[in-house]
Parts: sequence; C-alpha cells; structure tokens
Amino acid sequence: MELPSDYDEGLSTRKATYKQYAQAIPGAFGIQKADKAPCRLACPAGLNVQGYVQMVKEGKYKEALDIIMEDLPLPGVLGRICPHGCEDACRRCEVDDPVAIRDLKRLAADQFDPRKIEIECAEKRDEKVAIIGSGPAGLSAAYQLAKNGIMSTIFESLPQTGGMLRVGIPDHRLPPEVLDQDIEIITNLGVEIKTETPLGPDMTVEDLLKDYKAVYLALGAHKGIELGVPGENANGVRQGVDFLRELNLTGNVEVGKKVAIIGGGNVAIDVARSAVRMGAEEVTILYRRTRAEMPAWEEEILAAEAEGTQLTYLAAPQEILVEDGRVTGVRCIKMELGEPDSSGRRRPVPIPGSEYDIEIDQLIPAIGQRPDLSAIEDIADIDFSRWGTTEVDPVTYATGCEGVFAGGDLQTGPWVAIGAIAAGKEAAESITRYIEGKDMAEGREPIVNENPVYRPVPDNEEKQARAKMPELPVKEREGNFNEVELGYEEGAGKSEAARCLNCGYCCECYQCVDACLANAIDHSQEIVEKEIDIGSVVLCPGNNIYDPSNLDEFYLYNSNPNVLTSLEFERILSASGPTMGHLVRPSDEKEPKKIAWLQCVGSRDQNQCGNSYCSSVCCTYAVKESMIAKEHAGEDLDCAVFYMDIRTFGKDYEKYYLRARDKDGVRFVKARVHTITEDRETRDLIIRYADESGNIQNETFDMVVLSVGLQISDSTVELAERLDIELNQHKFAATDPFSPVETSRPGVYTSGVFQGPKDIPSSVTEASAAACAAGGKLAEGRDTCTKKVEKPEQLDVSEQDPRIGVFVCNCGVNIAGIIDVKELVDYAQTLPNVVFATENLFTCSQDSQENMKTMIKENNLTRVVVSACSPKTHEPIFMDTLEDCGLNKYLFEMANIRNQDSWSHSHDPEKATEKAKELVRMAVARAITLKSLEEKVIPVNKRALVIGGGPAGMNAALGIADQGFEVVLVEKEKELGGMARNLHHTIEGGDIQAYINKLKEDVTGNDKVKVLTDARLTAFEGYKGNFTTNIEVGSEKDFQSVDHGVIIVATGAKEYKPTEYLYGDDDRIVTQVELGDLLEDKGTSDLDTVVMIQCVGSRGEEMQECSRICCQNAVKNALAIKKQNPETQVFILNRDIRTYGLLEDYYQEARKAGVIFIRYDADNPPVVDKSSDGISVTVKDHVLQQDVEITADLLTLSAGVRPADTEELSGIMKFNRNPEGYFIEAHVKLRPVDMPSDGVFLCGTAHGPKLISESIAQAQAAASRAITMLSQDSLKLSAITAKVETDHCVKCLTCVRACPFEVPAFNTEVKVIEIDEAICHGCGVCACVCPRQTIQLSNYEDDQLMSKIDALLAEG
Amino acid sequence: MRLNYPTNIKIIRVPCTGKVDVMHMLGAINKGADGVYCVGCLEGSCHYNEGNLRCKERVNHVQTILEEVGIERDRVRMYNLSSGEGPTFAEYAKEMTEHIKNLGPNPLKNK
Repeated sequence: MELPSDYDEGLSTRKATYKQYAQAIPGAFGIQKADKAPCRLACPAGLNVQGYVQMVKEGKYKEALDIIMEDLPLPGVLGRICPHGCEDACRRCEVDDPVAIRDLKRLAADQFDPRKIEIECAEKRDEKVAIIGSGPAGLSAAYQLAKNGIMSTIFESLPQTGGMLRVGIPDHRLPPEVLDQDIEIITNLGVEIKTETPLGPDMTVEDLLKDYKAVYLALGAHKGIELGVPGENANGVRQGVDFLRELNLTGNVEVGKKVAIIGGGNVAIDVARSAVRMGAEEVTILYRRTRAEMPAWEEEILAAEAEGTQLTYLAAPQEILVEDGRVTGVRCIKMELGEPDSSGRRRPVPIPGSEYDIEIDQLIPAIGQRPDLSAIEDIADIDFSRWGTTEVDPVTYATGCEGVFAGGDLQTGPWVAIGAIAAGKEAAESITRYIEGKDMAEGREPIVNENPVYRPVPDNEEKQARAKMPELPVKEREGNFNEVELGYEEGAGKSEAARCLNCGYCCECYQCVDACLANAIDHSQEIVEKEIDIGSVVLCPGNNIYDPSNLDEFYLYNSNPNVLTSLEFERILSASGPTMGHLVRPSDEKEPKKIAWLQCVGSRDQNQCGNSYCSSVCCTYAVKESMIAKEHAGEDLDCAVFYMDIRTFGKDYEKYYLRARDKDGVRFVKARVHTITEDRETRDLIIRYADESGNIQNETFDMVVLSVGLQISDSTVELAERLDIELNQHKFAATDPFSPVETSRPGVYTSGVFQGPKDIPSSVTEASAAACAAGGKLAEGRDTCTKKVEKPEQLDVSEQDPRIGVFVCNCGVNIAGIIDVKELVDYAQTLPNVVFATENLFTCSQDSQENMKTMIKENNLTRVVVSACSPKTHEPIFMDTLEDCGLNKYLFEMANIRNQDSWSHSHDPEKATEKAKELVRMAVARAITLKSLEEKVIPVNKRALVIGGGPAGMNAALGIADQGFEVVLVEKEKELGGMARNLHHTIEGGDIQAYINKLKEDVTGNDKVKVLTDARLTAFEGYKGNFTTNIEVGSEKDFQSVDHGVIIVATGAKEYKPTEYLYGDDDRIVTQVELGDLLEDKGTSDLDTVVMIQCVGSRGEEMQECSRICCQNAVKNALAIKKQNPETQVFILNRDIRTYGLLEDYYQEARKAGVIFIRYDADNPPVVDKSSDGISVTVKDHVLQQDVEITADLLTLSAGVRPADTEELSGIMKFNRNPEGYFIEAHVKLRPVDMPSDGVFLCGTAHGPKLISESIAQAQAAASRAITMLSQDSLKLSAITAKVETDHCVKCLTCVRACPFEVPAFNTEVKVIEIDEAICHGCGVCACVCPRQTIQLSNYEDDQLMSKIDALLAEG
Repeated sequence: MRLNYPTNIKIIRVPCTGKVDVMHMLGAINKGADGVYCVGCLEGSCHYNEGNLRCKERVNHVQTILEEVGIERDRVRMYNLSSGEGPTFAEYAKEMTEHIKNLGPNPLKNK
C-alpha cells in the first residue's frame, strides 16, 4: 500500500506499514489505520473490500481470495451477481465513479481457482449440524461451521444444489459451472449435500434434532406473489420464479410469442432476458412506477433493452383477459406518482379512466417472492411475521425452538445473496457457541461508529474512468445463454483496483503478519485509555506549517509543481530525501539555474492569511536553504531571497546571513512579491515586483520556494481547550514574560513553538526550562518510581585462555535471506579459540538473550562475538547480557554482517557469505585481544555554583534550590539584579523592578541558596561532579573556597556605550536604556520630535552580530512616548525592523500609532549634527529617493549589547568565547545550555543578547541540565580513555600539545605525564602521536586494531 | 538505505580517524591489502576538533613512504563525509574499488 510520505512532504511515497524516518525514535514500525472503510461497512457480510482490491492491484489473486474467503465461500458467484452495496458507499464517488468492486472480486476468482485456496479448519468435532437448503445462507453456514470444526449435512429439496442461485438466476448471468465450482469449495471441506430431500412428513425438524445437535433453516423464498387480479389462473400465466426454476433445472420452458412481465425488479429483467433468448417475439415489462424507482440494476435494464425488451412505465395490470381459459391480453391502467410511501419512493396512483388493453399470449408476474412455510409452520416455538418470514433473535439468529436457527430469505423475505451469506455466517457462529455451551450473544452487538475517520480524499486526485466490463456482443447473445459479462483483462483490472482511495490506510491484507517472523504484528490492538497519576504536565505539541494552497491564485502552489514550500525544498536538499539530495525541479527533473525564495508566506500577513505575527525562523532557514542549494548545484545557481526585513537575530545568524550575501552571492531583494505567473510551456515562474526605488521588475525563475510560516494546528487548539489552557490571539499558549514556560493553568508547562514561534535552539532550551519548572513541583518524588538493576559480581578471566562464543543472527530474513548462516556458523566453529557457535532468528530478542546467558554459563565463555547488525544500536543490549553473566562488558565484539554485508551486497549472496566469514574472522581475532575494562565511578558533589546575580543567575539558583540542592550564588556587584536593575518594563508591560525585587527576596530568603555579593572568582579547578572554586568576598577580600559539582555561568551583558552619532557630546543624545529612565522619571510629553537610530554598535564592523533586543526596545519606547503625548513625532531609522515572533504585534501597533519608520543603508548611515534648535538628523529616504533632515528634541541611539566580564572569567576558568566575547555552548541545537566542559552550564546574556523572558527560560534550562548531574550520587566514566605507560615515557610532551582537550599534563612533582580519565574524551589522538607508543587507547589498543587487519589478510 | 557497494570493502571501527596510525595503514599494505582508505568527518566538523585533519596528514605521509618504496601512493586515500551521507559512502566505496582495480593487485601480496 503506497501512501504519500509525510516525512518527504508528499514528494515520495511510503507504505501503510512504515517508520516515520530513518532516525525516528522509537525506531520501530507502525501501521497507519483509520476506521473500517465504508465499502466494508456497507457489505452485509463485512468483506474486507479494501484488502482484496489492493491484492488485485498487486496481481496477488490468491491473496485476494484468501481475504475474500474469510467471509465468503462463493467468490466466483458473488463476483457476478452481488448487487454491490459497497460500490454505493465507495468514497471514490466524491471524485468520479465508484471502484468496480464486484468485478474485481470476479477477476480474482477468474485468475486463481478458489478451490485451491487452503482453508484453515479447526479440529473436527463430533457434533453435527443439519442445514435445510443449499442456497447461499445454507452454504455459508456449512462453510463457516466447517472452519470451526463442525461438520454439517445440507438437505436440499430440489434436484440440484445452490438454491435461488441455481434456480433464480439465468445462466447468462451466472454460468452453472461457476456455481458448481464454488459449491465444491464447501463440499471439499467434508460438507455433505443431499438433494431431493425436502423437509416434510418424512423428515421433520424434530427427527433431525435426534441425530444433529442443531438445525439451520435456510429454505429461502421460492414462492411467487400473486398479482391479485382476475384471470390469474388462466393458462399462459406463470410466476416468474417458477418460470426461471423450470428453465434453470431443465434448460427449457414454455414461452409465448408476446410476453408481458409485471414487475420492476431483477427477477422481471431475468425473466425478460430469458424469454427473449427462448424465442419470444415481443417481450414487454410493465412497471407501475418510473425508471427512476425501478429496483432492478441499471446495467441489467440497459442490457435487457439492448437485447430487445420493451419497458412500459407507469402501467399496472387490472385484469388478465382470458379466452378459452388462455391468456389473450392484459388490461392495464395508467398510473401517476403521488406522495412518497414508507420505502421513500413515490407511490403510484391510478389515473381513473385510463385503462387500455395489450394483446399478449403469456403473462409472467414477477412482483416478489415469499417463503414456503408448509414444512415448518407446525413446529412449536417458531414464530412467523405477518409477511410470512421466520422470527429470530436479531443477533444470534436463534428461533424460539432450542437448537433451531434460521436465516436467509426465509427470515428476511427476498433479499440479496450476500445478505444470506452474512446470515449463514452469523448463524454458524451462534451454532458453534451453542454446541460449545457458550453465551451466543456475548460481544456481538453491532458497533456503530457515528463519525468514522477515513483517509481524506487527496485534493489532487485525478479523475479516472471506471474500467468497462467487456461484454458478449448483443448479436452473439441470441438464442443462447452464454455468459454476457466476460470479466476483466488483468491489466484493466489492476488499474481499476488502483482507483481505490484506501479509505482505511492499511488495507488489513495481513500479509505483514505472515511476513514477520518475529510475530510482532498485532492487528487487533485497540486504543486503550489509561489513567496516570502525575504532578506536572509539559505541553510541547509543536506546530504546523502554513498551507499555501489557500493562496494559490497568488503563488500557484497547487497548480505549478515548481512552486514548493520551504519544507518540501528541505526534503529535496536532503540526502535521504526523494531525490537523494539531487537538486532538480519537480516538473521536469531538470537542474534549476535560478531559484527564488519568497519570505513571509503565512507570516506578517493580516490580509491574506491572518497570521500577523512573525514566524521567527524563516529568514534564517531561507539563508540556509539558499546556501545549501548553491553547495549542491554549484556557484552558478542564482538564488534570490525576496524579503520585507531580514530577521537573522539569533546567535551567529547575522554572520551567516552576511556569508550568504557577501561570500556565496545570494541575492537579497527587498520586495514583497504579490503575484507569481507562469510560462505554461516551460513551467518557469515569473515574479513581478517593485524594487526599492519603486520600479517594476519582471524576473523569471526555474523554481520558487515559499518560506512558509509556523502556526498552531487545530488539533493543538482543541487540546488546549480540553486541558483548559488559555491561548493568545494567535493561538499560541498564553504565558507571562516573567514565567515564560508556565501556562495559564498551574502545573501545566509548555515549550517550543506552542509557546511562540522560535527556532530549534530556543525550543530545546525551553524544553529543559519546562522540565525544570515541572520538576520543581516533583522534587520530593525523585527516585520513588525507579528500580535498581542488580548485577552479579564480575569474574576475573584475565588469566584464562580466551573461550569465545559466536552468536550469528538471522535477523529474520535480513541476514539469512542473503547470507548462508549455517555455513557461517560452521565456519565460526573452525576459528581459533571459538568453543561455541550458534545462530538465532533474532539475537536481540529477549528469549535469545536468556538463551545466550545459558550458553555463556554452560560453555564457560570468556569472550562473546555477536555477528549481527550495528554496534551503534545493539552493542549495549549484548553488553548488558554479558554483565548479567558476570563477564566484563568490554569482552564483547560485534561483526556487522547486516548493514555492512547482507544489506549492502544483496545482489551477490555468495560473495556476501564470504565477506561475512571474513568479518567474523576479524571479530574473533579481536575478541582474543580484548581486556576487561573498569568504568571509573566518581562521586558527585551536590552543590551548584552560579556565577552572576542577574535575573538569569537568580532564576537558575532558585530552579536548583527548588529541587533540594544547595547553591552558592556569586555576584560581583554589592547588590543582586544585574543589568535588569536599569530596566523598567518589558514590551508587554511587565514591571521589571517589581519582578527583580521579588526575585531577590526569594533568593535571599531561600535557605538552600548562599549569596555572595561583592565577590570575585580567583581560582578554579576540577572536573564534572567535583569542582573547587576560590572566591574573594567584600572589600576585605575574604577568601572562600567552594566545593561544587556543577557550575552555571550567568555573567550577563551590558549596553554598548556608543562612540558614534555625537553620543556624550550633548545631553539630548541618549541610549535606549537612558530613554527608559527618562520616560520613567521625567516623561517625554514636552518633546515635539524624537528620532531613534537602530543598529548602533550592532551589525557593523566592530560587532557584526545583531543585538536582537534593540528593535523591540525602540518600538517599546516609541509606544511609551506616543502614550505620554500622541502629538510627539517619533522617527525610527532602521536597517531592518527585527520584531520577531509575537513582538511583531507591537511593531504594527507603533505604525498605527503614527511612529515613522525610515530605512537607511549600512553604507549610508544617518548624519547627526547639533545646534541650539535641536539635533539634526539627515537620512536618505528610499521611497522619496532623497535626503530628509529631521530636527529632533531628542536623539535616542539603540545601542547594542556587549558581554560583561567574560574575558576575565574565561582567563580563570578556561571557557571558550566567540569573537564577540559571548561564551560558546557545547552544541547549538543539541546542547544549547551546556558548555563544552562537562558539568558547566550557561544562561542569560552571557550566551548572547536576549530578552528578559528568554533569559529566564534559559536559566531554568541550565538549572534543569545541572540537576541531571546533581541528582546522581555518582557518575560512571567511560572506560575508553587513554593510558600512559609511564616507565617508557620520555616526557616529550607531544601528547600534551596534541590533545584537543588539554587533558595530558606533566606532573611536576612526580615528573610523569598524567592523563585524567575523568576528562579524557577517548579520541585516541595522543596514542597516535606518541613516538614511543607508550599511550594506548583502551579497547582500541594497537594490537586490537592490528589483529583485525591481520585476520582479514591472513587468508587473503 | 541498504545501498549497494562492492563486497571487497571491510570496515574497521575507530573512535576517530585521528586514531588511525601510520603503522596501521602501512601494516595493512605490508600484509597484502590492495588499498586502504580512511573515512572521517567533513573537514571542520570533527567531533574531536581536528582528528580528521591529523589523519589527512598521516595519509599524506603514508603516501610519500609508499612512493619512496615504489608502491603506488594512491593505494591509500582519505575521504570525508558526514554521518547522514549514506549514498556518498557507497559512492566512495565504489570509487575506491574502481581505482584499486585499475591499479591492480598490491605488489607486496604473497611475498
């Protein structure tokens, strides 16, 4: 089953059984399912239609029949005559016409003999069942009973088997051989059919119950209903069912020359078409309503007409005209349609006086049948309805008489064959339970699903005509009963089957169940509701991307395949993507020469999409995509990014942008593109835009990438409603700037894009922050739900000769399908020191592990080699098993004969087997050389040192203290608060001073936190879990030495002191922070004009980076000025306005409030002059294309951010800084608050410029990360470290110089090189550079590597 | 991804290409390997800062030694790729195999 791959954004396909992507966690497969498909629900017998249709599509006819015959023993018959209610329910009708389900069933039965299908039957039981009637109900019951191990005898009154299937349907629709063949399926199971054995005085139900445990009545409805008009007893009047029965049993029947048939059902049509074939000259069907109400199938009516049958509508017989006891005509009355009756069809009403006569010589009523009850009407306890049908329990089909069940037309009145088959199946279930003495009704109530969920009909599903059934030409049908419908050709059938929309995703063909050798697939799994007691909830449901289909008229996303979303483009660039990383455009798979990115699609757009916020990430990802595209396609690729403001505000992002622009030649065009048009022939895309000077440009591109924004999905909104979480106007979780990861509901926390649009590093940071906040409430419960693993004491095997066991994995068929595993095991046994070798189906399975333990112990193994898959994924499992047996886990080696062999050499099994032998030989050779290694355990000092007492430091300290650990908080100033002491309000209006005062109280009042103010660090040493830091406190420089397990660095940043724009020369020129003070103290309502200049000391030569916070600061202060006096003119001179995320709201507000934003070029900055009138600022206006001079009362410089004190600290603590002086994290995305040295964490503006809310989140994150270490009593160090053999060392210090982590050190006291295993990373560089080879890297010692090389080449 | 590459490639696992010694490469050639190549991280993204650059230097060194003793220097090579580049790995394996096939067997084999 192929479905569009969500991972590849629909650019490739995947199966319904799938793993989300190669690196997905958990790395397991799942099966995508929806509710049962409507076709299956519409089928009375519940056939798995989707399943067999998919099998037909694949040409797997046997498998199709396997599925069909689960429920239906007569595939050839039903494949011809089923009225296919399933097709009416088919959702393909929403696209064009339903899938020809019935005809596909027939194709399966045509292509594979259903008699050859193996039917699994339970063990035979002694009890027997009698079935009356060999029609579909009786046959189905017998079939299902046989599958349950219960044998039955069918008693048939007629001379031939099949009931109404045999005698009610003419051969041109159902050839008798087909019916015979299908019945054989049932008799092959041991079911006996006795013909000409009617129920009656000679054989009563009572008699049968003596020999049979149960009786199933399936007599059918074979008695035609009379018209109830005069003349019905005349010669030449014949019931339709009687007519067909005689014809079908004898091959002949009396037919008149002029035949009239009364009725509008399939029987009427069957009679008509048979009469034509038997030589009638004129055949007319009289029907009292119109064609629209006719119950006969449309295709049958058409066929009848084609063959010459006349249809007369709105005519009812009034009297049969008789002469000499023989029919001569029929008197009809014209009808008209009145009000709808109980069936919903309009009731026919006679038109008085409209009688007319038709001349005929035979009249065949076919207006319905009813059961003949003569043989059963006297049985006590069986009740009958007023329509002459038998009453049964609606679920069990049991009659009132014990042991007697009934079904089929006998119970329902005349109905479809598939209904009778369903009834027979249900009865068989009841009878089985009855015989087994079980409750017959339990668990069988029908489950009604009012709102089924199906795979949505794909928007772009193309119309495709339904395959036409080939038919015998009308000419060739004359005078014979040859089958008219000829069945599909294979090709036509397969493409017809491919029209199925797979409503249920998985088609439940159960092929996977057969294929999975580990028996891991369970299709019966149901959704289970569980209740879990929890103390906190963290919500990180993530986001959707904006769907640009809504803007198709502007961007052609739906109509032109070369317009992609940025996410689709990412997949095209990916090595694991649909084109394996080959950059080609979808329409013609040509390599593009020109690609355009359109920014802000689904962001910053109130009018078209309604997402007015900025999505924060699109500018940077567009920069990235353009650079990678150039990497893939070469420098000649022309990349143009159309943008409003470039918002590369994150750490190092500005440098990245500059590299793209200045080094890689990506063009950045400031223009919002309104509409794209296309060249229909080439499918190139034409972008029309106004450049900065207002001139209209047209440019043609091969591809366009829409930089789509982030938004919250409807399902997340629903989730928030269910959890009673407040959302803001943009549907992100509402949070407070001072508690950024707390939702409106106490105890519920959030992180990631649900909190607001953000990039991966910020999301990961917030995730840790949420863990900290959630963990604070759970600290008491720490370790109360954990279990401790007990390991036996380790055996010393160092003195023993290695005894190696080799375990070769089949990995189901993954390995065994290619490599001769038996041969490999035999080979392994011949290798030196191998005392045991075996194979496993799945070596990693739990039972194999248990078995491995036994083998290790029984054979006294001292080394284990597993020849299977990748040690990357599976080594830990096997190492654990070794430890369970008292073996050191490093006495283990893996040979990867799957990823490196059977998977990579599937085309050459012989060579693959040879290679497997080599790999095992190499592994065994290395195993001999392996040594036991000890992983050193070091204790953890459970105290944290936090450096810096600003909001970040204080939050980090509280986060750790809240979880019960001691903290020493060091602040260099006399007072806590840091830079925040100089700030007043957040842009949201949060009172920073009130917040800081509260924080100070909390910190100083917390008995776990020791605050040292006016303190300086003087020395620092140690490693993770065990640091010592010396601190001098106060003017007296009191010495304190603090032992601690972790450090959090939160030394903060300060405002840049400008040297440009006459700052310092005039009181009327201030920074934003100073303006903040002014607004707070004196106010600005007396000012007429205020000018602000952005990017002062940022994005320049001295400081390339963006300071991130200045744009919002300017907007915040501008709004405050406007609030104090709306008449004050405010100009913000900027290069790009970077009010990212939800800050965009305030930018919009400022524009509405009349703040004027003027863009200037970095190359042409504003010119500032002062005079007694004011400060004059001259700037070139891009729109007006001329210089504008503004005379301001106040000039505010948006001075950037600078790190505080990082230089001094990095000197003492040896922490790495970037060129701007900010500390560097261990990994931007994976470890955003860890520093490269273990046990050291980073937060706040010491990491880079950020808002107070972002600093708080980062501080909580650092606390959380620190706690992962503090909460452990001891740490296990890797045993794979370098060791010096000091006796041979000549102290050349090469290792000291070579180590990338400065680990080897010369101990001047004892005069030896020491390598501290607590800080060794195990890369082995020192071992390689050591000229005397006195350093060895454990587990990778020289002889351990050379042993593999030797073994490989020994037999080469 | 189950990509195919020639069966003559056997992988020896090391923590970092910075752990691959001149001795290991020469040893392999001396014992009859037709070719040896080291596959490290992309330059600039070594997990251990610069192990791959050290390996590159050593490969160069080994090449010089081979040349001096009259063996094709190119029997030993260095390749770089990131862990996500399965197709490139297979491509390099094919490339190296083709290259070694063109050179013919190691003259030291069976000596």
